[in-house]
Amino acid sequence: MKVLVPVKRVIDFNIKPRVKADGTGVETAGVKMSMNPFDEIAVEEAVRLKEKGIATEVVAVSVGVQQAQDTLRTAMAMGADRAILVLTDVAVEPLGVAKILRALVAKESPDLVLLGKQAIDDDMNATGQMLAGLLGWAQGTFASRIEIADGKATVTREIDGGLETLTLTLPAIVTADLRLNEPRYASLPNIMKARKKPLETIAPADLGVDVTPRLTIVSVAEPPARQQGITVESAADLVARLRNEAKVI
Amino acid sequence: MAVLVFLDHESGIIRQASRSAVTAARALGEVHALVTGDASVAEAAARIDGVAKVLRAAGAAAAHELAEPLAAVIADLAPAYTHIVAASGASGKNVLPRAAALLDVQPIPDVVSIVDADNFVRPIYAGSALATVRSSDAKKVLTVRASSFDPAPAEGGAAPIEQVTVPDGPALSAFVSIALSQSERPELESARVIVSGGRGMQNEENFKLLNPLADRLGAAIGASRAAVDAGFVPNDYQVGQTGKIVAPELYIAVGISGAIQHLAGMKDSKIIVAINKDPEAPIFQVADYGLVGDLFDILPQVEAALDKAG
Repeated sequence: MKVLVPVKRVIDFNIKPRVKADGTGVETAGVKMSMNPFDEIAVEEAVRLKEKGIATEVVAVSVGVQQAQDTLRTAMAMGADRAILVLTDVAVEPLGVAKILRALVAKESPDLVLLGKQAIDDDMNATGQMLAGLLGWAQGTFASRIEIADGKATVTREIDGGLETLTLTLPAIVTADLRLNEPRYASLPNIMKARKKPLETIAPADLGVDVTPRLTIVSVAEPPARQQGITVESAADLVARLRNEAKVI
Repeated sequence: MAVLVFLDHESGIIRQASRSAVTAARALGEVHALVTGDASVAEAAARIDGVAKVLRAAGAAAAHELAEPLAAVIADLAPAYTHIVAASGASGKNVLPRAAALLDVQPIPDVVSIVDADNFVRPIYAGSALATVRSSDAKKVLTVRASSFDPAPAEGGAAPIEQVTVPDGPALSAFVSIALSQSERPELESARVIVSGGRGMQNEENFKLLNPLADRLGAAIGASRAAVDAGFVPNDYQVGQTGKIVAPELYIAVGISGAIQHLAGMKDSKIIVAINKDPEAPIFQVADYGLVGDLFDILPQVEAALDKAG
């Protein structure tokens, strides 16, 4: 079974993003970039499927700028076998990414596409569901547990009120939630090995996909700041203020 | 043309967040509500103030709000609508992007403000920035943040109910089971008061120390990602970027340091109280009232002060 794992290069989750002074977006120049944390979880799960003998090959894919190669090398250092970079300077939206992935699925014929449930930059939470729709495949989103057997994937999903379990007919799309696993750190020997693994670069046009965004960013602004609060000295003081000042209890 | 709103339900009860989606949708046009499940769900939808028509997708294929048949239903109905809206809960986020793909539309998730029919405001980077986006798609597909729109009243409407058919297709996924957390407390997303615990609660046993305070205040109980990851409480307690987004009248954060992703889920609360032993914890930067100290000393003191105040 072949597993395709799309990964995105985003501002590192430890960095606080800064809105550009001209209000056109968020500053990325000179900012530390890393693999989207949810995608790391997806890579980890795919690699574990390979280690269990269920997956035979794990192919990492990224849509983005030249430096997204680093993200793909990270995926290969974690255990992906090879990688494909769909090179573009356009900030491709989930619809465009899903179309690119559909074209790659046609080329690669995976049995499972494992994605992070959302990217922590645009917080869209859409690519996996959209790819599933375009392909007409089953989808298991927000997965906290995956089991593969007999041509089916059994997926436990994190939903608003608790957990839901579905079975999906393969081929299928699964998106990873936080508690699916804890991704490994790549060891130095594996990082060295990853440098020699194959990385193919193609353009969206090679796949016949138009990635022109449908959404125009009109403006990006800081959210309104909260007023500076106060430090209270005691529990009694806190309760008195909540009652008399804030009037919320 | 009208607006189609998908109302999700849990155990037959339409989620309050979906009624907030009705309010958001009313700004865009006449609201038609799509529901699945028993006739009682459709009847409840028909009573929501502001709903002009209810479309009920009945039958096994539409049960459990499975994404594959439901997205197909929405795509089928779409030609009659300018906008397709749902609350940005787990169900809306599961179904709407799939429907958008079938319609060749880029969805707009987590809308917090509707500027006009084409322009929407949504948070990005865990709420560190607010983006105003303009959609060039002929039809818009959006999910809306319940915390940004008041829920439409559950009573007051008397909309007609129509049946809609689920398009034929292979059964790609099948429902196996559901495990809902049992709680007598209010839902996180509709609670007036929330008491949340973090890593500072130390373990599952200690986390229960929040119960008396929550009982006293009629509060829902939430948690930071750290507390959920550590196994103190189940996943559905999580407040934050990837958990629930809440904006209660009063949010009491106990032993929560205030990571960006947690703040993303609660910083629009009206009043925020932080109790933490680390005076440098980022949670104090968003708190209206901060109390520095050991939460295990402070919690009983707060309860005593509440009792005394009556």
